Amino acid sequence: MIELPNTSRRKFLRNIGYLSVGFPLISSCFAEQEQKIAERKNFYGDLPGSIRNANAVNAWLQVLEDGRVLIFSGKVELGQGIRMAICQVAAEELDLELDQVEVHLAETGVTPDEGYTAGSGSVPNSAMSVRYAAATARQKLLELASEKLNTTIENLIFYHGTVKTKSGSQSLNFAEILNGAQIDMEVKKPIPVKVSSDYQYVGKAIPRKDIPKMVRGESVYIQDLRFPGMLHARVLRPPSYQAKLIDIDFSNLGTSVAGILKTHVNGSFVGVIAEREYQAVKAVNFLKRVAKWEETTALPNEAALFDHLKSIAEPAQTIRNEGNFSSVNPENKTFKASYTKPYLMHGSIGPGCGIALFDDEILHVWSHSQGIYPMRRALAAMLKMDEDKIHVTSVPGAGCFGHSTADDAAADAAILALAYPGKHIRVQWSRQDEHTWEPYGTAMIMEMEASLDENGKISAWKSDVWTDSHSMRPDSDPATLIDASYLENPVQLRGRGYLGGGHRNADPYYSFPNLQVNAHFFDGPLRISSLRSLGSYANIFAIESFMDELASQAGKDPIDFRIAHLQDQRAIATLKKIKEITQSEPLEVNEGIGFAFSRYKNNTAYCTVAAKVNVNQKSGEIILQKMWAVGDVGQIINLDGIKNQFEGGVIQAASWTLFEQVHFTKKVIRSEDWNDYPIFRFPMIPEVEVHMIDRPEEKAEGGGEVSMPPTGAAIANAIFQAIGKRVNDLPITAEKIVG
Amino acid sequence: MPKYNLQINGSQKTVETESDTPLLYVLRDYLELNGPKFGCGLSQCGACMVLIDGVAETSCSTPIAAVRDSKITTLEGLADQNGNLHPVQEAFIEEQAAQCGYCLNGMVMASVSLLQENPSPTTSEIKEGLELNLCRCCAQTRIIKAVQRAAKNL
Ligand code: FES
Ligand code: FES
Repeated sequence: MIELPNTSRRKFLRNIGYLSVGFPLISSCFAEQEQKIAERKNFYGDLPGSIRNANAVNAWLQVLEDGRVLIFSGKVELGQGIRMAICQVAAEELDLELDQVEVHLAETGVTPDEGYTAGSGSVPNSAMSVRYAAATARQKLLELASEKLNTTIENLIFYHGTVKTKSGSQSLNFAEILNGAQIDMEVKKPIPVKVSSDYQYVGKAIPRKDIPKMVRGESVYIQDLRFPGMLHARVLRPPSYQAKLIDIDFSNLGTSVAGILKTHVNGSFVGVIAEREYQAVKAVNFLKRVAKWEETTALPNEAALFDHLKSIAEPAQTIRNEGNFSSVNPENKTFKASYTKPYLMHGSIGPGCGIALFDDEILHVWSHSQGIYPMRRALAAMLKMDEDKIHVTSVPGAGCFGHSTADDAAADAAILALAYPGKHIRVQWSRQDEHTWEPYGTAMIMEMEASLDENGKISAWKSDVWTDSHSMRPDSDPATLIDASYLENPVQLRGRGYLGGGHRNADPYYSFPNLQVNAHFFDGPLRISSLRSLGSYANIFAIESFMDELASQAGKDPIDFRIAHLQDQRAIATLKKIKEITQSEPLEVNEGIGFAFSRYKNNTAYCTVAAKVNVNQKSGEIILQKMWAVGDVGQIINLDGIKNQFEGGVIQAASWTLFEQVHFTKKVIRSEDWNDYPIFRFPMIPEVEVHMIDRPEEKAEGGGEVSMPPTGAAIANAIFQAIGKRVNDLPITAEKIVG
Repeated sequence: MPKYNLQINGSQKTVETESDTPLLYVLRDYLELNGPKFGCGLSQCGACMVLIDGVAETSCSTPIAAVRDSKITTLEGLADQNGNLHPVQEAFIEEQAAQCGYCLNGMVMASVSLLQENPSPTTSEIKEGLELNLCRCCAQTRIIKAVQRAAKNL
């Protein structure tokens, strides 16, 4: 059972006698119409991991004093609209109106521990847990209401937050039915869930509730939190990864900058706390000039990065081996190609921010981390505190697209709050720190080899992938937090996290009789972690560029060639659909349309992307004119939300493909701001069209990452169609076109 | 510390701060406004935009001493006296033109400024008008639609 510190709920439980008097708020609309009773079907499938870990209904759902429903989810809002998706699912099962559902997102001690909000997992895990908890609650509410109203379950219907008799003569809202209790029964199969054909909300394009708040400038983000007496702090980051603080002279700080309240040094960690935010900014700029560091950082030569990565890689691990790659008919034509992807940034528009308060007993932390429970474990280990003594509340930040700097900013705030108890300490990262210290998406090398038989079909395929870890998210290993490596007793990383992300989607989804996939792991020179879609973007860039090359070698149409190697009808449907919507698109000289397909993780949602480009052969300038995406995420929860995710994914991946690369010298990261690390600006933005294939009977999958992997290859293939040139090294820039 | 009299969203405010404090910090930290956001502090992203005498400018790089008697409008000041949102704000809601929404302040301010100057911009004029504004969630195609919709409703 989870603890319930929320005061309004406590009050409700205590004051039940008084509260059960009733709430006439909705009863007036009773007789208005005879409501259609939605059909329900028993669900016997697999329950999501989240609900298996917290399987009581009231871990997910509680009834408020006024009969409305409060939903708990351990996921955080990242701009993906999860709050609305969860609200829709809950309202659907309980026949509520959307504003009768409140959603409480991640807070330690309050919501279930659902790990990280990542991997397009919020809908299949959290929203589905809510569905099963709500459906279970519905059943229980019916039973209780039938006892209370002394009538049969068959004679009862749910209507906008009440359970009423069919004649409408008697009704109770949820709070009245429960009479102060909550439903603590276990969520067990079979679970009677609403059939999709009777959905009112799920699958519809329902506007998010938070956008009006954003548009009005209401408090939405962690950056907007203001507590009485809150102070502002900054951390002086070392000039490079391996720098150690030798000396820092604070003697002139107080006379140079007003409002300084405290400086705090612990090993190579230097923090400063000021009354006003800009005073803290000036203080850290002052300290930058007076701090003395010993520098031992030695990064490899950027121009020879990929040779370096190969040289430090461990021996290959075979990930998949089916048939016998080396046994193919020697008459077959074989082809090879090699692809690279540089280090990429998350590049959040809002740099990391963390707030903490130590009240002499509990360390309270506010964070836009993607996983507040795992982050709490890392904080506890770093600070050598009891986990129970740390209370973390998630507050939205700017879109972060994976593990970025939120946890590090929270750690900064936590260290400084312990050094200055009794005050809320707010740490805001600078743009330069964000760019140079965030954990990037790792550089990768992909080598592909395949052989074509006499019918132009692929008889054997081999993928070799060189990759660092893609998962260095904070959890029990404190060294995943930057600060832990710079404190007086620095800790070393215990391991390289989950390595599977590197070869995610490195095994083609096509059926080949002989298939081998090898992963070559390295411990690369730059700080890395999870970036949206992990290794899939680079692996699909390579696979789908190579498929395109093989199609043209076989003299086949690129879409037909892919379809000929696919067995999954849902995959084929996305390819056929994209062909249909792009076939009448007019093309001029030097223009081309390219395609690419992937099924994310090879077992979740499908996406085919088409890109249309115009390439200037002389200057190499690439104009990305239009992109189309056809997606299948199974059952759609919020149509507009999923389209928004797909559109954003396509454009972000196009930005990676055409512009992005983290640059570095032998010592430091050179990509310090948006001038050194350009991303898409408006004038370059293509037109984007997204089509979703709704499959209400299929499992609902998330869509946050799904459209990114095929985007890179679609652009590369379009360039090939336009001018007959293939660029295999990302980003695809004008120099590489003419070079 | 010097005192500055500012005209913010139609009312007079007095702030006591150092002369080099950027307008952004005055608005957020002293006047507790949420609209303008910190994104880069370098005039590269547009997150901090406000209207200075009706024109969208980045507030992160304008020291308070340089503001003088200019009229400052923030996102909070766009609605009319009855609380009705500006057509650009309405259009952003109708088009659901945001993911995380962190860039949205700058997008709205730049669009208001653009439409004042050019009430019926073409798509490429909209793109040019918003060139300074970055959006990492890549809601740009929706933002363009929102500006087009606002142009119709103005
Ligand atoms: S914060 Fe002012 S332009 Fe980025
Ligand atoms: S919506 Fe997130 S940065 Fe624009």
